Amino acid sequence: MDAFSGLFNYWIVVVLMMMGFYIVISQQNLIKKIVGLNVFQVSVFVFYISMGKIKGGSAPILADGIEIYSNPLPHVLILTAIVVGVATTALGLALTVRIKNAYGTIEEDEIEAMENTPSNKTPEATS
Amino acid sequence: MIDGQLPILQVVLPLMMAPVTLILRNPRAAWMLTLVVTWATFTISLSLLMQVLDSGTIIYKIGGWAAPWGIEYVLDKVGAFVMVIVSGIGSIVLTYSRRSVEMEVPEDRIYLFYTMFLLCLTGLMGIVITGDVFNLFVFLEISSLSSYVLISLGKDRRALTAAFRYLIMGTIGATFYIIGVGLMYMMTGTLNMADLSALIPAVADTRTIQAALAFLTVGICLKLALFPLHLWLPNAYTYAPSVVTAFLASTATKVAVYVLIRIVFTVFGGVGVMEGLGVQHILMALALTAMFAASTIAIYQNNVKRLFAYSSVAQIGYIILGLSFVSESGVAAGIIHLFNHAIMKCAIFMGLGCVVLRIGGVTIKDMHGLGHRMPWTMGAIVLGGLSLIGIPMTVGFVSKWYLVRAALEKDMWFIAVLIVLSSLLAVIYVWRIVEAAYLKPVPENAAPVHEAPISMLLPLWVMALASIYFGLDATNTLSIALDAANALLHGGVL
Repeated sequence: MDAFSGLFNYWIVVVLMMMGFYIVISQQNLIKKIVGLNVFQVSVFVFYISMGKIKGGSAPILADGIEIYSNPLPHVLILTAIVVGVATTALGLALTVRIKNAYGTIEEDEIEAMENTPSNKTPEATS
Repeated sequence: MIDGQLPILQVVLPLMMAPVTLILRNPRAAWMLTLVVTWATFTISLSLLMQVLDSGTIIYKIGGWAAPWGIEYVLDKVGAFVMVIVSGIGSIVLTYSRRSVEMEVPEDRIYLFYTMFLLCLTGLMGIVITGDVFNLFVFLEISSLSSYVLISLGKDRRALTAAFRYLIMGTIGATFYIIGVGLMYMMTGTLNMADLSALIPAVADTRTIQAALAFLTVGICLKLALFPLHLWLPNAYTYAPSVVTAFLASTATKVAVYVLIRIVFTVFGGVGVMEGLGVQHILMALALTAMFAASTIAIYQNNVKRLFAYSSVAQIGYIILGLSFVSESGVAAGIIHLFNHAIMKCAIFMGLGCVVLRIGGVTIKDMHGLGHRMPWTMGAIVLGGLSLIGIPMTVGFVSKWYLVRAALEKDMWFIAVLIVLSSLLAVIYVWRIVEAAYLKPVPENAAPVHEAPISMLLPLWVMALASIYFGLDATNTLSIALDAANALLHGGVL
């Protein structure tokens, strides 16, 4: 089979994965980082879902006249992973809100600049 | 009857009690409940360890479903040992926690602290006990998500950015892990660890399985903060509340090391990936770099919590170095150092928690003359520090001794020399604290300081004395570690 069209689902997975990963690394904006993280995770979801699909397979519901079923297990697994992903996103966004309140910005370079100027430096473990 | 259900109780008990603390809302009541739950899990862990030592691996089928289809919980010697470490540290830290949490966590969030603590414990227990690679991912995320929250509860605003960075890096690590699991599932159609280790040798030469191994290793190494992937750790440990640092430093990374052991020696046990694919050399090189680079960075830190955070990165290097020898004594040294490091870091960070309670900060400057003002607290910290160096009669010595022996067994005498040399770096950073605490005069305008309350000193000294006790009499811990290493290397199957 042709290396591209036969494996196109994996190509999509890899491209999405690298895009997400790159966004996480390169973006300074915390919200954009979370979006990148989501794209990264979604690529894994697509990977699992396409892995369970069998050519010509039907939905895994017992019925007369159907011989080939897709594998439902990866789909179920990824439901769990989606829940985990939602929780992570929620927590990440909540932290971003708190960071915005504490620093007044959600740009990572600005936060770092604030930490590195001595005048604004908060003493260790202020109470 | 209840005996047979003990393995599942370890996960269910903290998981069910977490929402109860949420309903209680009263800080004191939440603390009491959490205390009871952690000591209960510790007791169960001890009885499970006895059971495993007596009659071998415990297998628990959830819902009675047979193994490759149902999820099974498997507790072998390594698992039982790590479980005792995690729950033991948890219960000591929790006994200590009340005063420290009252001071370092905003009052209206204290009950949430205990909820998150219980969830984190649930996750860590689940990772240790599960025999299913996907189930492990779920528990990994339960423990990670709750530890992000725990870290963000610190009063310093930098705790928030530290937690955010940990969240990003931790999620990348966990996602790498599921990519690896997915690739393994493609080739074998199973998620059960024992089943995987039986099926993988047949397909081991495929690119898919090799990619799976790469994703799994990198993902887990992010979680356990192996040297170049440790960037989340120093800030997270520095700005988290002291109790959280004491707990996470001695359990979270240790459990991640356990996951690495499980994947490399159990799931890939039949293939010998360590030798065959050169994983051994990569891990060894990174471990050695960690030992030197992180210790050197530690020397230049002015915040003592941060100093010990970097020292943790270095100590993780020792653990991984032990594993990378792939010999019985090497793996045993890794496992025993996992235990020993948990004890000494727990003691040190609890001691620093006492300092924060009384002084308000933990910079080297805050420590000036503290040896005379808080003699018990500083005594315990120094004991922990001596153990980090590896002075004879402390636990640190036992692990270094075995590491050096393992290196010599493999004729790698230069690594033995490096282990000793890197210990000298530990001498320098521990000395900086001793110097500040005992040789520097008390600052003139310093407010009078009381010793930490007995409710904090007692758990602190239990840990400090444990680091001496297990240094003097290491026969029990050693025999468990050697047995466990033996079981991992031969047979490999759970």
